[in-house]
Amino acid sequence: MTDVVGSKSPVIAKAGRRGLSEGWFAWALIAPAMLFIGVIVAWPLAETIRLSFTDANMGGENFVGLANYEKLLHSSKFYEIIGRTFFWMFLSVGLKLILGLIGATLLNAAVPGRALFRVLIMPPWVIPIAIGCIGWLWLYNGHFGIVAGMMQRMGIIDGPFEILAYKNSAFYAAIVTDVWVGTPMVSLFFLAAMQGVSRDLYEAAWVDGAGRWYRFRRITIPQIMPVIVSMALLSAIWTFNSFEIIWILTQGGPRGGTTTMIVDTYKTAIGNYKFGEGAARAVVIVVLLAVFSLIYLQILNRVNRKYGVK
Amino acid sequence: MLMDRYTLLQKIGIYAAILLFLIFMLLPFFEMFMTSLRPMSHLFRSPYQFWSDSFSFDAYSKMWVTVPLLGRYIFNSVFIAGAVTVLTMIVVVPAAYAYARLDFPFKAASLGVFLGVNMFTGAVLLIPLYRVMNTLGLLNTYWSMIIPGVAFLIPTGIWLLRSYLEKIPKELEEAAFVDGASRMYTLRRVVLPLAVPGLIVVGVSVFIAAYAQQFLFAITFNQERSYQPLPAGLFEFIGYQTTTWNEMMAAALVGVLPVMVIFLFLQKYLVAGLTAGAVKE
Repeated sequence: MTDVVGSKSPVIAKAGRRGLSEGWFAWALIAPAMLFIGVIVAWPLAETIRLSFTDANMGGENFVGLANYEKLLHSSKFYEIIGRTFFWMFLSVGLKLILGLIGATLLNAAVPGRALFRVLIMPPWVIPIAIGCIGWLWLYNGHFGIVAGMMQRMGIIDGPFEILAYKNSAFYAAIVTDVWVGTPMVSLFFLAAMQGVSRDLYEAAWVDGAGRWYRFRRITIPQIMPVIVSMALLSAIWTFNSFEIIWILTQGGPRGGTTTMIVDTYKTAIGNYKFGEGAARAVVIVVLLAVFSLIYLQILNRVNRKYGVK
Repeated sequence: MLMDRYTLLQKIGIYAAILLFLIFMLLPFFEMFMTSLRPMSHLFRSPYQFWSDSFSFDAYSKMWVTVPLLGRYIFNSVFIAGAVTVLTMIVVVPAAYAYARLDFPFKAASLGVFLGVNMFTGAVLLIPLYRVMNTLGLLNTYWSMIIPGVAFLIPTGIWLLRSYLEKIPKELEEAAFVDGASRMYTLRRVVLPLAVPGLIVVGVSVFIAAYAQQFLFAITFNQERSYQPLPAGLFEFIGYQTTTWNEMMAAALVGVLPVMVIFLFLQKYLVAGLTAGAVKE
């Protein structure tokens, strides 16, 4: 049986001699998927890079070299948007991870009803983001919405307050909605990771008299660390690129207070038909995300080594 | 287990915390539902009042009149998500099998390309995508929402299904090969029947994601009202004079029913399957 255990089975390899070679067969299987990615992602990406060196708009396009990038480089507003985007990402992802960890721990507790609770936390993820946001739009209504209403009742504000009409409150309102959308998925993955931790570890610690908090800190957290770190990266990329939530709640306003890079790109390219300038912004997003991911993966490797994961 | 025993106080604490967590997750739905029951005159009361003495389901019948195409929008959403799911699965199943079982040149590199797609959202690539759609003559058709939808779901689909297929024992395929079956036959008749639970998990999560992601493609690539999916169509409740919020919330809740029903029926597979794929190792 030893020959079956290896990654490549001789029997499967031999079967290929009757038809296509294994390599060709595999590529034939992958080809349709690759074609989709090529037409819808790879080609548009190459085209975005090309357009970023032009002044393309509704009328036509001319090569302008690095002009679009120079314009961005000298725009203090653009730096402000980059800063806001990273702040948006770190705050929102941080909250999602903390809430996800708390949620997963609660749903992992051996109490009756937990199967039901696991289902009940999922709806924000299941429904379309756009539809959830329309709900939030009404909740945030300054005169008639429940959020302002509650704040008024509790005496935090003393009259109608249009939450989405002020820079700061609109930004944090969008964060709350983003966290609401993202937390179920994070909780679910953390929960699964927690259930994968060997019970022997807990029992051994328990026998030695370790309390719950100690076991959580010294067993659970280190054991699920690889999942936490990879979830953090995925979540960071999604949050960085989060478009619908901001677009539906505020369209990037008031006065640019919730404009992140993705919203800025959309407004420039689709809203104002400045395809070239929009493309340059899109390229900056891709570069920043790539650099961020590379740095992050370096950290990830170090963390994995520290916790003894291959 | 003795270790898992909680004191009464701890139990109360856990339930209280779970309750708080669930309130955050579900309160918006509850308030959306209550809004749909309030008459218009009670919606616009400042300061906000929760209770209304004339709750009714009127909005659920009036909404079809206010936005005559509402039924069509809901159908479009289901149709687009369904088409995206079918196409995605057709493309993902063979690819996932290749990554799970076969050895071939550029295996790791090509898988990296697929996963790299996760770095982009449609929003980054909208400008050239618009032109691609235009060139292919697909603007203002269902296809303009289906095809990009498929492309952005392929990577996750491959990733999830691959880890599922890897768990199917190889011996069965080998037995089929020994009996002289071709690769294609083995894939169709041996591997796929065994993979049904995995196919359900991936299919359902693709459907949910496809249902969720329609807004951006719809508002950018489609101007044809009768093809519009619900997330875009809902904005028709926002009128020049007033917005009939109660009907809009009613329509939103009715519109998410299809995907919620599918989720509730298959959540058992979904939760187990998604996490099994993700946490391997």
